[in-house]
Parts: sequence; C-alpha cells; structure tokens
Amino acid sequence: MEHYLAFLHQYGPRFVDGTIVTIQQTVFASLVAIILAFCFGLMRLVPLRTAQITATIYIEFFRGTSLLVQLYWIFYVLPLFGITLDKFVAGFLSVGMCLGAYGAELVRGSIQSVPRGQYEAALALNMSPAKRMMRIIFPQALLIMLPAWGNLLIELLKGTALVSLISVTDLMFQAKQTNAVTFLSVQNFGTALIIYYLMARLVVAPGMRTFESFWARRMGRG
Amino acid sequence: MNTSDNQSNSGGEPPIVRFANVTKRYGELTVLDSLDLDVSRNETISIIGPSGSGKTTVLRMLMTLEEIDDGIIYVDGTPLTHMDKGGKLVRADSRHLREMRSNIGMVFQHFNLFPHMTAMDNCMEAPVQVLGLKKEEAQARAIELLQMVGLEDKMHQKPATLSGGQQQRVAIARALAMRPKVMLFDEVTSALDPEVIGEVLNVIRQLANEHSLTMILVTHQMGFAREISDRVCFFYDGKIAEQGRPDEIFNSPKNSRTQQFLSAILETH
Amino acid sequence: MFEWKWEFTLEILPRLLQATLNTLMAAGSGYAIALILGLVFVLGQRTSSPILTGVIREIVEFIRSTPLVLQIFFLFYVGPQFGIVLPPWASGLIAIGLHYGSYLSEVYRAGLDGVPRGQWEACRALNLSASRTYFRIIIPQALPLSLPGMGNYLVGIFKDTPMLSVIGVMELMATANALGSETYRYLEPYTMVGFIFLAISLPSAFGLRRLEAWVKIKSGIEK
Repeated sequence: MEHYLAFLHQYGPRFVDGTIVTIQQTVFASLVAIILAFCFGLMRLVPLRTAQITATIYIEFFRGTSLLVQLYWIFYVLPLFGITLDKFVAGFLSVGMCLGAYGAELVRGSIQSVPRGQYEAALALNMSPAKRMMRIIFPQALLIMLPAWGNLLIELLKGTALVSLISVTDLMFQAKQTNAVTFLSVQNFGTALIIYYLMARLVVAPGMRTFESFWARRMGRG
Repeated sequence: MNTSDNQSNSGGEPPIVRFANVTKRYGELTVLDSLDLDVSRNETISIIGPSGSGKTTVLRMLMTLEEIDDGIIYVDGTPLTHMDKGGKLVRADSRHLREMRSNIGMVFQHFNLFPHMTAMDNCMEAPVQVLGLKKEEAQARAIELLQMVGLEDKMHQKPATLSGGQQQRVAIARALAMRPKVMLFDEVTSALDPEVIGEVLNVIRQLANEHSLTMILVTHQMGFAREISDRVCFFYDGKIAEQGRPDEIFNSPKNSRTQQFLSAILETH
Repeated sequence: MFEWKWEFTLEILPRLLQATLNTLMAAGSGYAIALILGLVFVLGQRTSSPILTGVIREIVEFIRSTPLVLQIFFLFYVGPQFGIVLPPWASGLIAIGLHYGSYLSEVYRAGLDGVPRGQWEACRALNLSASRTYFRIIIPQALPLSLPGMGNYLVGIFKDTPMLSVIGVMELMATANALGSETYRYLEPYTMVGFIFLAISLPSAFGLRRLEAWVKIKSGIEK
C-alpha cells in the first residue's frame, strides 16, 4: 500500500494532467455529439427526402464503422485531401461525430415515442409545426431520451480514451507513458481505470440523474 | 345518395359545414362512402353508430387530421380540403389548411392535455402562440373559460394531478379559447370513469344551451344525445343510414340497422 | 479521390481479406467468451448471498464504465508483472470477453426480468428443479427479449476488434497500419478498411433487425 501511495505521490501529477485533458475531450465531444444528434435526428423526421437520406447516411456510416477506424481516417487520411486537423481537435471531433450518430437515433426514437395525441392536439389548436415541436413535442421527447443519454455520455467518456492513440495527452496516454517508464502496470493502468470509473459513476451518472429529476419535475411527473 | 332529408336547417342559410360526396379509404377498406352531410350554423348534431362505421373519421377529417380521398368538405362556404387556384379547385396546401383550421376546435377522447403545462397554461398556449394574443389577454380568456367549466381553483395544477373528468373539462376550455365556429367532440366521455361523466356532460349541455356554437358530437351517451341534439345521425358502414330529430330516431327509427343498434345499446344501459 | 491508385488497392486486397478473416474469428471467439461470462455475471447477481451479488454487481459496473482499450492494456501488461505471459490475442480476447460479458449480463438480466413473475411461481408450484426452471421454462422465454441486444453486441465486438491492434494483434486495422507504414500510402488501406467494416456491419445490422422481428413472431410475443 505504501508503494502505491509513493507511486501516486510521484506520478500523480501526470495522471491529473491526463485527466484534465480527458475531461476537456469529453466536454467538447459531448457538445459535438449533442449538436449533431439533434440536427440529424430531426432531419430524419422532416418530410424532405434529401434531408432524410443525408441523415440516414451519416447515422448508418458512423454507426457501422468503429470509432478507432474513424479516428485514424480523420487524422491520417483527411490531410491527403487537404484537411489537416490538430490532433486534439481531430480527437474530440471523431468521438463526437461517432457518438452523435447513436444520439441521432435516440433523438428520433424519442420524438416518435411522444404520444400521437399530443401532436394531434397541437395540430387541432392550429400550432405551426415549429411551435408544435419546440413547445409541445420536444420537451416531452427530452424526458424520454434522458436516461439513454446518460449511457451515451459514459460511452463518450470511454471513447475519448482512444484519442491517446493519436498522441493526445489524455489520461490513457499518461498511463501508457508512465508504464513505459516504470513498468508498474497494475498501478499505472489500475489507477487510470479507477479514475475513469470514478468519473463515470460519481460525476456523469449522478449528474444525469439530477438533470432527469429536474426535467421530470418540470414536466409535471415528479 | 343518402336517405331522407339531408338538412333540417331553417331558412335558406348556407350550411356552416358541408361534406360533399366525401370518400375516405384506408387501403382496401372504405371508411366513408360518398358521404353527404350538411350542418347548419349553431346546430348541435350527434353522430351515433357501431365502431368502424366512420363516425370518428368524419370529425378527424373536418379537423384536418386525416386527408380526403374523394369529394370536398366546405366550412362556412369556403372549401376546407381544397383551395381555389386561378379558378380551379386543387388540393389545399398547408397554408390554406392553417387558415381554415382556425374555424374548428376539437376535444379528444383521451384529452391530450399538454402534461408539462398547468391547466391555465394549456388554455393560454395556443392563443398566445398562434393567435398572437398578449399574455394578459390570453390569461383573462383562460380564466374566464376555466371558470365556465368550473375549474378555476385548479388552474395552476398540472394534468397529472387532475381526474379524468377535470382534464376533459380543461380540454374543452382549451379548445374554446381559440373561439372556433365549430366544436367537435370525439367520444369525449368514453375514457372516463362513470362518476365523472356527468360533470363533462354538464359543461357540454351548458355550451349547447347558452352559447351560439355549432357542435358535432360522436357519442355513445344516447340519453345525452337525445337531450341536447337538434339532429341525430346514425352511421353504418361509412354512410348515414338514417338521420332526423332525436325523438324520431330514438322513438321510431325507420331503418332496421338503426333499430338493431339502438336495441343492443339500450339493453346494456 | 484523385490520388487513388486502383492497382495498389488490388495488391493489398488479399492481405486485407486475410486480416478480415482473422478479425472475424477474433470477434467470434471474443463473443463466445462474452456469452459465457455474461451468464456467469448475471447468475452471480441472482444468488442468495447479498455479498456475492453486491460484489459481482460492482465488478460488472466497473467493467462497463471503463474503456475497453484500457482494459486490454491492463490485461496485456499485468500478466508479465506477475509472471503470467499470455500471447497478445489471448489477453485481447479475455479483455473483450470480460467487457462484453458485462454488457451481455445486462441484456440477459433485462430478458430474465421480462419473463412474467407468474412463470417462476408456476415452476415453484410444480416443484421443478432450478436447472429445469431455467433451461426449459425461463430461458426460452427470456431469449427472444434478449436477442436484439445480443445481436447488437456481436456487431459491436466486430467493430471494436481494431482495439486489439494496439497490443500487436494483426487484425484488419493493424494490417492497414502495417501496409501504410510499409508503402507510405495510407489512403487506400484505411479507406478499404472502412468499406470492409461497412460491408460487414450494415448487412449484419439489417439482418439482425429481421431476425428480431421473426423471433418475436415465432415466440408468440407478436402475431
């Protein structure tokens, strides 16, 4: 145990640095994912053929290929087409785009799960499609989709670990570096695992639950 | 062609609602079969009949929730489902539908109140968002209507805390807040517990007696239909099998199907 | 696509296809391990001992909440620290098995919970043994409910096999990397890898949806 504390004392700062980068990656990727999820989720529902097809292509493509392949492609192949991204940006963009595709299906499914009577009542009251969506359908869809979004955000957090493979200095990267120096695999990777676990269980999950109860109360359900 | 007298209106005033040879199909099934129906201003009509006879479809098409397959529906003289484009009648676009829709209000079997809004907000929502009323105006209107349906003490409560009967009364107030010319009631008591049906029927009765409003009800409440209707239409197989004044239909139905239906229904009440 | 070289693509195709086969086998084996471990995890949470249930629950939560790639590294490097040397693919498969086993345990749990309580009570009343109860009554009803999730995770494992490349397993992604560094051309290898993944996962996802519907009808859940 004293070994471990000494280890933490010496290498702790590196892990902290890495964790900060992981948090940054997660936050930015989440923003990307949320924006894309709502855009493409709604596009699937709009009665416009081109919008639906575009959205379907995005969703099926990013869900059908793995994040690691997408990451490598964005970082190594895009430059050949003239688009060179900073690795930090490439990192959270890939993670965000990949998980945004799953989020888009979630958004679409939730909106379609809102009882049809709500749509009909709003139509009967002559509300415009935009007002109907924003004021009636969407608030209710949000309540339906929140639990699954919680899971998605945890997947997003886990996904950011892959950006270490394009040398972004996140938690996973630091763990690998420290391991290359110390060869204390259990301590290195174990510590990293614990930090990820704590972030997922003690920050993301409770955070989402709090937001869920808040929204449920606003929707008159709590 | 439908049987007997189509309209029982007084004078030569044009009907406020006219179904002209309207047909509606769901795939192979014909739900409404060349329907002709006229409703006069301020008339209260009850539509009765077995399920699948097309009763609800009539209301839903009038409310533009369903599209028409054949024929034309007119509201206050203007085509609802079609519009005039350079002298020719073409299918209505969404803008035309929105204009026409403001004449019609509907109360649904399952209330469909907005769960995230209070009773008052439910009633204010459309007047503010659609009619552009100022909040104070919309609020005053909402309070007046909630008073009329007897729920002013519940106006800050959300639907989940209200009983079925209370929710339905809020739904009526909400529809009335848009001041439609025609009010549609789609089996509004069918989903209610027996002890709260009365309070909803009281409100509808009040509307029929005290206000000049054209009302079309689809209902299984025969006693009530008999009491407040100017005319009763019995639907069968997508057509009006028989229609007339309540005492005609309920006391001396001429059509055998009407007789069958009424005896089956009245036996269980 | 102006720099795309078709001859090069044809050259590298055999190696990529061979790697695809490796990938499919790895995915299949990993899935088999996950299926079994998932069962262990879910049954471990249904024991009569609250301590055991709690411990297994925490383990499953821990595995589900942490990145697979990190778990792969952990298992790969930790072994030698204690004198156990496993070949890369072995530690990779065990990591995948544990990771997806914990996902599958949730899928099994949802399936088991979906079987009406009355079924369990009927088995009790008929004095059926635990194994008969599970294998002849409960699991056949739980299976249709679990199949969609199980199918999704099979596709998921297939898409996660590139993570094995980080510990040197020569699956599809690693082969593309190797080709890239050998020939200095990354465009064709990486793009082909993308296509191959799509070519396998999209029809699979589609087929799974059909299977899901068929099973629902067959098992009497839907007409």
